[in-house]
Amino acid sequence: MFGKLSLSAIPYNNPITITAVGGAVLLGLVILGLITYYRKWTYLYKEWLTSLDHKKIGIMYIILALVMLLRGFADAILMRSQQAVAAGGSLGFLPPDHFDQIFSAHGSIMIIFMAMPFMVGLMNIVVPQQIGARDVAFPFMNSLSLWLTTAAALLVMVSLGVGEFSKAGWSGYAPLTEQQYSPGVGVDYWIWAFQIAGIASTMTGINFLVTILKMRAPGMKPMRLPLFVWTTFFTMLLVVWAFPVLTVDLALLTLDRYLGMHFFTNTLGGNMMMYVNLFWTWGHPEVYIVILPAFGIFSEIVATFSGKRLFGYTSMVYATSVITILSFSVWLHHFFTMGSSPNVNIFFGIATMLIAVPTGVKIFNWLFTMYRGRIRFATPMYWTLAFIVTFAVGGSAGVMMSIPPADYVLHNSLFLIAHFHNVLIPGSLFGFFAGFYYWFPKAIGFRLNEDWGKRAFWCWLIGFYLAFIPLYVLGFMGMPRRMAHYDNPAWHPYLLVAAFGAAVILLGIVFQGIQLVVSIKERHALRDPTGDLWDGRTLEWMTSSPPAVYNFPKIPIVDEVDAFMDMKGKNVAYRRPDQYNDIVMPKNSAHGLIIGALAFVFGFAMIWYVWWLAILAALGMLFTVIARSMDEDIHYIIPAAEVERIENERYRQLGSIAKRRPTDEQTILEPVPEM
Amino acid sequence: MITTDASTIDIACREEVEHADTVAIQTFGFWIYLMSDLILFATLFTTFVVLGGAYAGGPTGKELFDLPYLLGETLFLLFSSVTCGLVLLALHDGKKKWVLIGLAVTFLLGLGFVSMEINEFHGMIAAGHGPDRSAFLSSFFTLVGTHGIHVTFGLIWMAVVIAQVAVKGLTSPVQSRLMRLSMFWHFLDIIWIGIFSIVYLTGVV
Repeated sequence: MFGKLSLSAIPYNNPITITAVGGAVLLGLVILGLITYYRKWTYLYKEWLTSLDHKKIGIMYIILALVMLLRGFADAILMRSQQAVAAGGSLGFLPPDHFDQIFSAHGSIMIIFMAMPFMVGLMNIVVPQQIGARDVAFPFMNSLSLWLTTAAALLVMVSLGVGEFSKAGWSGYAPLTEQQYSPGVGVDYWIWAFQIAGIASTMTGINFLVTILKMRAPGMKPMRLPLFVWTTFFTMLLVVWAFPVLTVDLALLTLDRYLGMHFFTNTLGGNMMMYVNLFWTWGHPEVYIVILPAFGIFSEIVATFSGKRLFGYTSMVYATSVITILSFSVWLHHFFTMGSSPNVNIFFGIATMLIAVPTGVKIFNWLFTMYRGRIRFATPMYWTLAFIVTFAVGGSAGVMMSIPPADYVLHNSLFLIAHFHNVLIPGSLFGFFAGFYYWFPKAIGFRLNEDWGKRAFWCWLIGFYLAFIPLYVLGFMGMPRRMAHYDNPAWHPYLLVAAFGAAVILLGIVFQGIQLVVSIKERHALRDPTGDLWDGRTLEWMTSSPPAVYNFPKIPIVDEVDAFMDMKGKNVAYRRPDQYNDIVMPKNSAHGLIIGALAFVFGFAMIWYVWWLAILAALGMLFTVIARSMDEDIHYIIPAAEVERIENERYRQLGSIAKRRPTDEQTILEPVPEM
Repeated sequence: MITTDASTIDIACREEVEHADTVAIQTFGFWIYLMSDLILFATLFTTFVVLGGAYAGGPTGKELFDLPYLLGETLFLLFSSVTCGLVLLALHDGKKKWVLIGLAVTFLLGLGFVSMEINEFHGMIAAGHGPDRSAFLSSFFTLVGTHGIHVTFGLIWMAVVIAQVAVKGLTSPVQSRLMRLSMFWHFLDIIWIGIFSIVYLTGVV
């Protein structure tokens, strides 16, 4: 009846796990209780959970990413503190069995459930506005992607309290992940969480490609697109190219585990290298998937806060396209040591080094954009500057490792860990933080407290160096990755420094929490009444903050790169149209939420071999899709009068600011007619 | 840049240009989906090519494949593509009755294909040549089976569209769905030709 599931699946005898589970459940109950107490269920359901508005979907993605960031960071703190105490004879407080689950969960969560949703969230909020559109091409599919991703993240969270998580690392190498060596449910949790999230990502990829190719405002030619849109475009191209390979790789592993097939087994003709090749055919493009959008964010921020057009716009676009193509020709550098011939290794080594060239082009373009610019040092700019410096260090370490003989020495050591954290944290996470601070006022309507933002930034930056530079040293000293305990006392001092660094980062996260609370308290003082808080250059700053549901009352006409700056220069940015038209927008739909819930049930049932439930959930998903296809009443119309009312309200607000600041040349407005 | 007042008003109030219509956007999105599905199949083909010789002492393609039977199976699918094309011609002329008849024939031909494939698989598994016998058979069953599952989902989709044409008539959303269904169907045909050549023909030769 319940497959492999029984009460013994709950790890009540492990105090650390049960405390974490208890905490998470308690927090969940408090949140649910508060929603009930304030009678917000209807509001939550109607305004958020079933919403197809790209801005709200984006905000929900980012909330998911921040929650998962906390979870992934908790794992990191556990690992750092375990290695800080488990020296010499001590075994530390985490048994190897638990430690292995923690590092597997940390990597899986940070890549798939933190970086990806953070990135997709920012894209959702920004990309349609930057191209002058009212929504993405397929709003329903967008909501479906969100809820599938959430379902997958929930599976990872549930693995904490029911059963176990994978102990085979985030990359899940076969044959370790085969039934024979990993008979528990941990690997199955990992497989289904990745599989469901991967399918959601593929749909997001299709959605944004079509959005960017088909939904641009008139005049928004390719070479006038904001750079964040360009990097989103190439990222989504990578998603659509690479994710099907992951889908197949995981499906083959699933067939091995569930139906006794022999793709990656040691026996009957299986080939484990097939798994590794397919995994990194997806896995390497995946790191560019989470880094390229951040490059786009930095490009927007550098241009805005230097008050200049981006230096080398065209070369930036071409550099991104070169990285996109090269990213498919380097996957073998993840396993130089696994027996390829020297010539094969050399090919992939050189291809890897080549990637440094377009990346270098980008770094120089950012530097030249700042050169002789009038730089404003707001928080987004802090993260950008930290990125440029830190990323250059991490990238150089990567070029070192691309030399196959050097890689033979450094492979699987902490040097590698230091390297990829040194590119992914500044290259991806700092970028998303920068974007978070940059676009928060746009999405929510008020900006975040700068003082706490800067305090948090310094903690993150200093903490990062303290936590990861020692790992480079430890790599040279020969310390392998993923050690639950060790007996070499020479490593211990460095691991203490690294643990201290993690604590400093923790302080940064606490400051970010304080920043949110303080900013919400001061939200009236921090309000952004103009919609153009930073003197922006691109079209998302043309809308109000937060934007009306339709973004633009009239679709803007684009004549230049940096379209909004161009309009401000021509004094047409805030012109009122002669008349407003009715606007057609997508209606809310619960189908995405339902399919997401059923996908969670399906994944859970597959993990625990509850076949009848899996079949029911699969049929439920199928029928929900059919029901959605039967529904033809999927749009509603905002009447022109309502649009006019909303816009008049906005112009009244803009007008009062223009009166208060008569010298502000950015807000040249026509007088607002009295209603 | 200095512009006169008249020209700026002109820029701001130019007629709002409508986006390409919904059907074109949906069709384009479906093309991109098909391309990603093609990569999925390409990965499965690669796996088959790599593992296709790993018989592990079990049966080879030469011993298992029955080419005349497969030719029959192939003809079912190819003819279903022809009738699917005819459905679009009828759709173009707005002949609802012929659309329904064409879809019904396509459905039956597709069903014939899937039935023959299930029969082939069943015979192999019953004889002890199931997917757990060797890496060759694992990759064979997975590649051919994934195509079969696609065709099965195509059939479910076709049944839904038949119901929608019958109940709602040839409305714009139904037409758009029909267009995409036919793209999907022809796509599966092309994949099958790949399977027939790379898996079956190469396996027997």
